[in-house]
Amino acid sequence: MATAIELEALERRFGERPALTGVSVSVEAGATLAVFGANGAGKTTLLRVLATLLRPHAGRARVLGAELPDEAWKARGKVGYLGHDPLLYRELSGRENLRFHARLHGVTRARVEELLGAVGMSARAEDPVRELSRGMVQRLAAARTVLHDPPLLLLDEPRAGLDPGAASALEPLIGRASGRTRVLVTHDLERGLAESDVALGLRAGVQAFVGKADLEQVRELYSR
Amino acid sequence: MRPSTVATVLTILRKDLLIELRVRESVPAMALFSVTVFVLFHFGLDRDSLEGELASGVIWVTLLLAAVIAVNRLFVVEREQGGIDGLLLAPIDRTAVFVAKSTALLLYLVLLELVAVPAFTVLLLGPGIGGALPELIAVLALANVGIAAVGTLVAALAAETRARDLIVPLLLLPLLVPVVIAGASASEPLLSAGGGAEDLGKWLGLLALYDMTFVLISIAVFDYLLED
Repeated sequence: MATAIELEALERRFGERPALTGVSVSVEAGATLAVFGANGAGKTTLLRVLATLLRPHAGRARVLGAELPDEAWKARGKVGYLGHDPLLYRELSGRENLRFHARLHGVTRARVEELLGAVGMSARAEDPVRELSRGMVQRLAAARTVLHDPPLLLLDEPRAGLDPGAASALEPLIGRASGRTRVLVTHDLERGLAESDVALGLRAGVQAFVGKADLEQVRELYSR
Repeated sequence: MRPSTVATVLTILRKDLLIELRVRESVPAMALFSVTVFVLFHFGLDRDSLEGELASGVIWVTLLLAAVIAVNRLFVVEREQGGIDGLLLAPIDRTAVFVAKSTALLLYLVLLELVAVPAFTVLLLGPGIGGALPELIAVLALANVGIAAVGTLVAALAAETRARDLIVPLLLLPLLVPVVIAGASASEPLLSAGGGAEDLGKWLGLLALYDMTFVLISIAVFDYLLED
């Protein structure tokens, strides 16, 4: 099986402050990497490096065959990023937002309608995003994430704000059932472990463990 | 399939104009600001009408200060609503972002001038502007291109900083000094009673050179500004 993500001694700093130090992990195509760590551990920074939004400062990062940062352009368009921000314009409707992103990715309008239906937002597709509930915005953000059918999903608390029904509806798109390679950041430790093939623990930006992990190991990351 | 650069420019431009049409944050503020400044000059100078050098200086300084408002707002929606990440994640030519943003700014400037120039004529200008209108439009058009290019560059740079409202005028206005000099010098005879288009070609040439220089610089460095 091909390797989708390969990190070796990855480092990233913000000014003088190290945000990630010595992170090494390998993820096979179609597998799920769960990333655990307390607030400020570097989880979001790792996702943004993998998404090519931040440049690695040292070490090696290879994403879908592209060496970062030099070949970042090769990875763009193959990554679906669902972060804290939904990346949706508040003054535009859900449909207008998805059509905007569809045009940027060269995706058809039919795909937009298909996804609006899949996330249960067809009836509210004309409403401005600012008028939607958090859960509805998250559903639209999930639709935006998979709009271009990316082989790699980078998911930062993807179920935040979702009711159980909405969370189930998104499973075929961003869950294990999607068959995509996934990097999943979650504070739902049990579920995260159950969904993952590989677990990565971060403590203050430093790799605490990688590989198979048990619940005790993960809980230890959050102890002060 | 990767969209063409032209298609990307039109997509981003359409989105920006749609948002401006809904929130009306830039153009109405610029127009209102310029009319307010003309009224202030009217009372501050204690003169019923201006012409020549003074009229030219007043209108150009007012237009540039009004442009600061739009430049300040140009990337706000991208930074505050995460739109910039959406653009950076897409497989697009990033020059398209520059072209779309600067075209949006150019359109805002044209709309501003459609309000500000008639308002200036009514509130402050002594001699009529009618005969010199084609020349004045040429000067404004060339100046707009330069302001849009430099403004987009500064807006992208300042959007990353917390002190955006301070950084934009501090960076933008010094860079636009050549536009003020050329624009005001070219307009001075056009705003004078019985004035002709003295040295107009020279000043238009200077503005065109400024435009070319800053459009090329902006395209060359814009990609780096968007990187973290």
